[in-house]
Amino acid sequence: MAITREEVLHVARLARLALSSDEADRMREQLGDILAYIRQLDRLDTSGVVPTSHAVETGTPYRDDSVHPFGEKEEILKNAPDREDDFFRVPRIIED
Amino acid sequence: MAGIPVHEWTLLDAARAIREREVSSRELTRALLERIDRVNPRINAYITVLPEQAMRDAAACDEEIAAGGARGPLHGVPVALKAIFCTKGIRTTCGSRILHDFDPPYDATVTGKIREAGAVLLGKQNMDEFAMGSSTETSWFGPARNPWATDRIPGGSSGGGTDTGGSIRQPASLCGVVGMKPTYGRVSRYGMVAFASSLDQGGPIARTVPDAAAVLGVIAGHDRRDSTSVDVPVPDYLAATGRSVRGMRVGLPREYFADGLDDSVRTAVEKALEALVSLGAESVEISLPHTEYALATYYIIGPAEASSNLARYDGVRYGYRSEGAKGLIEMMSRTRGEGFGAEVKRRIMIGTYALSAGYYEAYYGKAQKVRTLLRRDFQEAFAGVDVILTPTAPTPAFRIGEKVDDPLTMYLSDIYTIPCNLAGIPGISVPCGMSPDGLPIGAQLLGKHFDEEAIFAAAAAIEREIPLPRVAPEEG
Repeated sequence: MAITREEVLHVARLARLALSSDEADRMREQLGDILAYIRQLDRLDTSGVVPTSHAVETGTPYRDDSVHPFGEKEEILKNAPDREDDFFRVPRIIED
Repeated sequence: MAGIPVHEWTLLDAARAIREREVSSRELTRALLERIDRVNPRINAYITVLPEQAMRDAAACDEEIAAGGARGPLHGVPVALKAIFCTKGIRTTCGSRILHDFDPPYDATVTGKIREAGAVLLGKQNMDEFAMGSSTETSWFGPARNPWATDRIPGGSSGGGTDTGGSIRQPASLCGVVGMKPTYGRVSRYGMVAFASSLDQGGPIARTVPDAAAVLGVIAGHDRRDSTSVDVPVPDYLAATGRSVRGMRVGLPREYFADGLDDSVRTAVEKALEALVSLGAESVEISLPHTEYALATYYIIGPAEASSNLARYDGVRYGYRSEGAKGLIEMMSRTRGEGFGAEVKRRIMIGTYALSAGYYEAYYGKAQKVRTLLRRDFQEAFAGVDVILTPTAPTPAFRIGEKVDDPLTMYLSDIYTIPCNLAGIPGISVPCGMSPDGLPIGAQLLGKHFDEEAIFAAAAAIEREIPLPRVAPEEG
């Protein structure tokens, strides 16, 4: 299952993952091998089979729509790589 | 217990000795901290050790005992948590550079339950980065080593323990201890760093089956903060380990004893079966016909869920951030490129590809349907048997570096543990033999949804019938 370098770079952009040129080359090879292995599923006829998203079916659980305040804002903000007052600070969002 | 070094005691012996004041929590905790000092430089099992805090907690436990009270079944007993469980005020790295300094604002539910039961936390254990790996070689903090042979891997991804595709059972098998992955939904995932949400499940790694049962009794149960945790009663697991296996039907899936299984593993698992049969269990040949498709299914569903879960590591709110980027997107992309290791990037790429426009049905949709077939295999098998016996891993521990550059070969070491996660059923690995090289071998028992008791009973029987050394020689 060949995958092109352009496809690798496209997927990396979707995943917001900066890859070096070497990494992109290695990724192209390894993803190709892994996808080829995965495609063995094509041998199975799954028409009419219902997909599983959770292995243990318990129905949709409901809960009260009630507020449980966390109350420790500083505990959260102290992990920020960069902050200003109670805000997370990031580089400019609209790039030139 | 006289004459046995404290680090060789079982958890239940330690808990009893503390309750009966034969030993203090401080003595026990100090002895284990000293052992960590001696052994950890060689095996790198811990990312973070907490000597001061552990001794403080132990002293508090001793005071409570002196005042006549014990908090719970683990009162004063030193334990460790995999670096995937959030611990308030204690760094929780998940084996990754991107979380190398993350200080969680809250405890995971499992962390809270362990503390409420009175346990003393020694530290946070090494693991493959974001639990993605079978050897701990993908940890940003360096590989852990097998205590039985330090040139070999200890298995992965734990640490002790969460299990997405075998990360509790496979390392337990390779290190000669007991590892239990409960039914999906048995243990809350709140505060457990997410890898693949429909597969991840926390559970104990312990020295003996009764020890594992005691710990599961502590951490199991419904949690309103995890809507996938299931509200069913938690039985007395410890009592289950004393149950007779007479009349128990033990299924042997022929697909798990085919090519690629090491001879020493086959022989050891056959001994485990003989042990059960000698106690009155009945062996039944079964088939799980879609087994050969489990690995491919897992390597779509796991990475797809991971690529979505790991989107949160963007350098904005916590963790590593790449400096000097000119804009937001560049900052996020470089943060992730620098913060994640090779295996995590590989899985994010596979997952993103499999979920991307035009490929979703062919990959993720297909895998979800095959997952249904795999679940059905188990449902049909369990109509005729009570438990299923298999090897845990196809070989004993391999050498560090042997498979690290070959992802597909590495993935094959989880071939017997993955179907259990896809089906959501419980599984346990129990030591059942040693290889000619002196490496531990584990047998895996699989059970019906929420029937951990049956596999605890069978595993405990194997453990009693096949006595094995449980502690690696300190100079190995």
